[in-house]
Amino acid sequence: MKDKTLSVSAIGKGTVIDHIPADSLFDVLSILKLDELDSQITFGTNLKSEKYGKKAIIKLEGKFFKDDEINRIALVAPEAKLNIIDDYHVVEKKVVGLPDEVEGIAKCMNPKCVTNQENIITKFTVIDKKHVDLKCHYCEKVTDKPNLEII
Amino acid sequence: MKNKSLISITDYSKAEYLRLIEIAEEFEQNPKQQLLEGVVIASLFFEPSTRTRLSFESAINRLGGKIVGFTDAASSSVKKGESLKDTILTVSNYSDLIVMRHPLEGSSRFASEIAPVPVVNAGDGANQHPTQCMLDLYSIKKTQNTLDNLNVALVGDLKYGRTVHSLMMAMSNFNTTFNFISPNELRMPDTYKNYLDNQNIRYYEHDNLEEAIPHADIIYMTRVQRERFSDPIEYEKVKNSYVLRNAMLDQTKDNMRILHPLPRVSEIHEDVDSNPKAYYFQQALNGVYMRQAIISSILGLK
Repeated sequence: MKDKTLSVSAIGKGTVIDHIPADSLFDVLSILKLDELDSQITFGTNLKSEKYGKKAIIKLEGKFFKDDEINRIALVAPEAKLNIIDDYHVVEKKVVGLPDEVEGIAKCMNPKCVTNQENIITKFTVIDKKHVDLKCHYCEKVTDKPNLEII
Repeated sequence: MKNKSLISITDYSKAEYLRLIEIAEEFEQNPKQQLLEGVVIASLFFEPSTRTRLSFESAINRLGGKIVGFTDAASSSVKKGESLKDTILTVSNYSDLIVMRHPLEGSSRFASEIAPVPVVNAGDGANQHPTQCMLDLYSIKKTQNTLDNLNVALVGDLKYGRTVHSLMMAMSNFNTTFNFISPNELRMPDTYKNYLDNQNIRYYEHDNLEEAIPHADIIYMTRVQRERFSDPIEYEKVKNSYVLRNAMLDQTKDNMRILHPLPRVSEIHEDVDSNPKAYYFQQALNGVYMRQAIISSILGLK
């Protein structure tokens, strides 16, 4: 594999998540619940990127994601790219896509929404994938990208 | 509609609106039908709303049903810190249907998802108040003999007013022409205007009340509240421009009727009250028939 940066060591078999905006790294770790994973994880952040200025990369040994699982990170890393690695070679490339519904990741920006006062899992319909506008299933208010907060 | 909770006006279809209006007409002809004998309805008012609560209680009593519940959160276990979920699950054991008013937005939707009995939203914060919208539709049908092809003027706070948003969504099923009359700061939000554009529905925006009302079949008045303005001087400048006065009604159509969700403050001058075009008090009475219709159809009795 031609890894231009090699700032983070290569893996033999697993998944590399590249092109994560540097300030979204910890959101991605938390959305994918990587803190609960017991396989080898290496990550680098504040790496040079032509696109973002600074990017982050995560390498997961022996870990593969289902599409609906990995698409959850599209909220915070819409341009993330996945490289599926086998025997130190990229065998498949994937991009993430925003799902139609988002459950339990984002916080509703409406302070009077019931989900901010009671113990309720948030649920949104993605009404605009380009601008990342989320309509709350409960209070029906729209949370937009600048006001997006990850739980 | 059996067992189908009513949380948001868009939960019901055009056919369901029309069916409920028919049932409300039947109740208006014959309001005392003992359909709810042996039925217990929970009336949970987590915040006080005397007008809405009395209208529901009147509807339930006229149908011979019994009511359990509370009239504000201070007299319930909510005060002891009970979660909404626990309150709803407990009360579901005691009742066949829950009528609920709550200050938090989305609370009724949540309740309807966890309760084994149907829930009727009697207002969830600034979000939805679908029974108000249904009684508005009934009032329009009753005064105009149709819901189709009408010219509806919505006046006042079009930015935050939940009743005007719901009414606009519901009436958009009936080829309505809308006139939106509001101060600049309180105009109809783009989301709703985009919706109308996509449905090819005509609407016009005005900042002058008098120029917009001569063609109206319905004038729907709402209150312009001082606290909605970031600049108090702006409020002072516009506050008298959206007051409906009797002298303005000469130029309006004979069939035109004035609606208002109440309580009114000063946006309709009292000199309008005796004009036959004033309909807001009868509108409130229609709420009882419509709530009889909603409750009995959800319980499968109509």
